[in-house]
Amino acid sequence: MNSLLLYALAGVGLFTLGLYALIVHAHLLRKILAINVMGSGVFLVLVALGGRTPGGAPDPVPHAMVITGIVVAVSATALALALLLRVQAKTGRTRFPEQGNIILKEY
Amino acid sequence: MGTAVANTPWCVMVILLPLAGALVSFLWPRRSVPLGLVTALAVPACVAGLGWQVAEQGVQRYAVGGWGAPLGIDLYADGLSLLLLLMTALVGLGISVYSSGYFERKTAAVFWPLWLFLWAALNALFLSADIFNLYVTLELLGLSAVALVALAGGADALIAAMRYLLVSLLGSLLYLLGVALLYHSFGSVDIAILAQRVEPSPAVWAAVGLMSAGLLLKTALFPLHFWLPPAHASAPAPVSALLSALVVKASFYILLRLWLEVFPPSDAAVGQLLGVLGASAVLWGGIQALRQARLKLLIAYSTVAQLGYFFLAFPLGTSIAWKGALYLLLSHALAKAAMFMAAGNILRCCGHDHIVALDRVAKRLPLTLTAFTLAGISSMGLPPSGGFTGKWLLLDAALYTGQWWWALTLILGGLLAAAYVFKVVGYAFTPAEVSHEVRVVPVRMEWTALVLALAAVLLGLGTPWLLALLDIGFPFDSGYAG
Amino acid sequence: MNIADRRWLSLAFRWLLRLLLLLLAGGLAYAVLSLPDQAVGLTNRVAANLETSGVSNPVTAVLLNFRGYDTLLEMAVLLVALLGVWSLGIAVVPCRVDPEPVLSMLVGGLVPMMILMAGYLLWVGADAPGGAFQAGSVLAASGILLLLSCKRLPVRLPVWPLRLVLILGLATFVTVGAALLPVNGFFLQYPPGLAGALILFIEAAATLSIGVTLAALFLGGRPGPDA
Repeated sequence: MNSLLLYALAGVGLFTLGLYALIVHAHLLRKILAINVMGSGVFLVLVALGGRTPGGAPDPVPHAMVITGIVVAVSATALALALLLRVQAKTGRTRFPEQGNIILKEY
Repeated sequence: MGTAVANTPWCVMVILLPLAGALVSFLWPRRSVPLGLVTALAVPACVAGLGWQVAEQGVQRYAVGGWGAPLGIDLYADGLSLLLLLMTALVGLGISVYSSGYFERKTAAVFWPLWLFLWAALNALFLSADIFNLYVTLELLGLSAVALVALAGGADALIAAMRYLLVSLLGSLLYLLGVALLYHSFGSVDIAILAQRVEPSPAVWAAVGLMSAGLLLKTALFPLHFWLPPAHASAPAPVSALLSALVVKASFYILLRLWLEVFPPSDAAVGQLLGVLGASAVLWGGIQALRQARLKLLIAYSTVAQLGYFFLAFPLGTSIAWKGALYLLLSHALAKAAMFMAAGNILRCCGHDHIVALDRVAKRLPLTLTAFTLAGISSMGLPPSGGFTGKWLLLDAALYTGQWWWALTLILGGLLAAAYVFKVVGYAFTPAEVSHEVRVVPVRMEWTALVLALAAVLLGLGTPWLLALLDIGFPFDSGYAG
Repeated sequence: MNIADRRWLSLAFRWLLRLLLLLLAGGLAYAVLSLPDQAVGLTNRVAANLETSGVSNPVTAVLLNFRGYDTLLEMAVLLVALLGVWSLGIAVVPCRVDPEPVLSMLVGGLVPMMILMAGYLLWVGADAPGGAFQAGSVLAASGILLLLSCKRLPVRLPVWPLRLVLILGLATFVTVGAALLPVNGFFLQYPPGLAGALILFIEAAATLSIGVTLAALFLGGRPGPDA
């Protein structure tokens, strides 16, 4: 297995770990971090698989996609963090009120 | 004049105009309301121009930057995109007029740029022919929607916005991983090229699963609907209207495009699964709507129910079924926007939206109550509304393909809708136990709600014309028959 | 449901979730491993069109020319995030009025260097790794350093120059793209001779916008009365 596939599999691993953390952890900051880890996993997959070109120079299109993706991720994280601070200021807590039965609870 | 209209790149203008409007209203916040209204009038005009172009010349494919796929990004306008652009333009105009009377000055200065960016994102999404470009438009749409929800400012709205943001990001990342797998399998992100090259393989099936999961989460199909009621109920009324009417349809549109054009035909079980989830959404949403004490939550659960109808077209698979689902989509947009606007009027007037305490709203806000009832008629599916036409087409397809159990869902859903609409209307005529102070509601807020509701009810009269529109560049006979 | 039952249910849920996600990871790994070892993707097409694109760095060519429309929308995403953050509250600048001497010295030395570095990254982006986003990030970092050390301008500025700088990048992109419509017929279609210059022009405006937007996002709120 060459190193590119190793990176791509690491990306898959990061994605899955991030997904687990997003679902399981209650603290909102951890959820935001989990989203970032998932994003990094997807970007790893994009870039790693883009290095499979026969010439040696990697495919530039996935690289451009990842640059776009990073900017989008940074913007989303900034908004999420600002929201988190406001939620904490208004409610005094940094968790969703119904963590634990989010699927079962209806309003 | 005819050639001038024919040669203008309307698809580009439809996207650039709201972008430019957003930038100018951000730069000049004092004038944001007139700037926003001007943009809101100009965009439907451009959509009309595009519609004329498509009707005369057929499907439009526009290569941004002149490069063309697969190197560049293409814009693609066929009957389906045009229908959704038309829906966005009409509802968007109504929401713009409504919002000009709803927000006070400071909030309005923030609302207008965000709303115009959201409108630009919707138009860009409906015209895009590139799955990575669709990801960027999805993110623009999601972030502006979250920011708009948080405008309400209370603890409920902030928590709902936070949940909505996390769900939106999760959905987008699932979608993006699917895009990565598709690109690395076939070397392009253009929908038309992928449609030619795609073949079943483990990577493609993984991409199908990931992208569908992400888009279903964003479209709030049962049981992934948990984020929708609090977000749509705690947002300001015009924001609730645009969320329910427009934003959830965007991810459904992407799913539809991918399903019809890119994804390889899967066996009937997948279609049946989507249909079962849709039916569950219709029934669950309807029952939960009946249980609600607050009007906005009732309307939000009604959205959950109505979204389920669209997925009944997947197991049916015939072109009549798809057209029925899309007709329902269009009339739902108009009706739901009208309902949320009516709820906003009631909130403004009475200071609360508890259904049992709707103190003689019928006498105080007759136009609003008429709007709500008319919108309810469309939701129930009574003629001549658009809801009736949509359900009729779906019923027709269900009986034609012999899958009569979906017909049962349609009927039950209509009965549940009738129940919760009449519950609200009934309480609107009775006095409440405790009288609340009454505030004046601006006239334009009442009239926009009424106009949109009337449009939903009269939509059935335009059936032949709209169905002919969908026939242009018909993506529905790709051979997929569920 | 008492505490013990609830704890058991939560534990069972976690193990079920771990199993499902393990299956997901396995499926995705299988999908990744099933892809062919070599794939050209769009490398050849990019290389073939690189000369007419106006730059010689293929990533910059894709980002600013071939798929410039994506970049345009992504700058809108940045701006929307800032709008959202501004709508949530007023910024509190996290600085101390009497900063430590180390910070002051660092700021005095680093900030001019970083601004220079940003300019260099912007310029070199045409031929080597670099470009508007990289330069904008470095510029934002220098701005954050300045904010952290409480360095203030002696004059009070009105807010609209800030707003102008924030929209400058996206506005330039849209204006240039639209202005090119009558020239060749397609939005954002650069004429081959001018492509390099136009890309640099757009990138310069974008660098400024991105830098200021990122620094403003760091502040976490809209400018208050003492901005």
